[in-house]
Amino acid sequence: MYITRKVEFSASHSCYNPRLSEAENRALYGEAADSHGHGHNYVLEVTLEGEPDPVTGMVFDLKRLKDVINKEVVEPMDHRFLNREVPPFDAVLPTPENLVREIWRRLEPPLRLPNAHLSGVRLYETEDLFVEYSE
Amino acid sequence: MTALTRRYKFASSHRLHSPKLSDEENSKTYGKCNNPWGHGHDYILEVTVSGPVNPETGRVLSPARLDNYVRENVLEAFDHRDMNRDIPAFRADCVPTAENIAIVIRNMLERDWRERFDGAVLERIRILETRRNSVELRNE
Repeated sequence: MYITRKVEFSASHSCYNPRLSEAENRALYGEAADSHGHGHNYVLEVTLEGEPDPVTGMVFDLKRLKDVINKEVVEPMDHRFLNREVPPFDAVLPTPENLVREIWRRLEPPLRLPNAHLSGVRLYETEDLFVEYSE
Repeated sequence: MTALTRRYKFASSHRLHSPKLSDEENSKTYGKCNNPWGHGHDYILEVTVSGPVNPETGRVLSPARLDNYVRENVLEAFDHRDMNRDIPAFRADCVPTAENIAIVIRNMLERDWRERFDGAVLERIRILETRRNSVELRNE
């Protein structure tokens, strides 16, 4: 059984790779290839897979799931400039692909639960673009 | 697995009518969708691509290249068109239900996929015909 919690956070980023040409940067990152940065209202969906506890009837308390997501992702990233303030994005480009994998890396260890585990993470950068990561 | 999804829109008309059924059976099977004059929808198409994230670029693929490919191969054929007349796949006895639209679009996308997107997999496509109806084809 799968349960999903959705949260939102707003952050700015810039995707510009100095080792590539201007044209390549445009093709890969579109308007994000601007060193001054810009922001998004990111929507994050975190899905756990597990079985309901026979006593509580819950796979995991969704409020506690919200607390884990807030501590690991929302508090460090909300209203931040990812390239400057949120490692590893001082060294790694904050593309949505890299961001969703970093979010997985932060959430997976605290969500190794007795009867559930992290199943997948989906991150909407806009309504028309989202990325997913799972292992 | 890392996957990237882009969402596209197109407006298209169709009529659901099978030459293998009688008029009465068509009316019963497809209801309002059997209207001889056809009708239209604002379709939403989600295209999901999976693959390794290039360590240099941080991307599964360039979204702009995907946008161009989907526009050239699907959107230009469907947008503001009558599917039954304008899309060859629906001229014979293939009824443009949401299910068949998904199959036809997947075939259109797969045609030159390998040479354009080497290493990236067409993981899933999803068609939303209305806010309430959607069809999904997964690479399983």
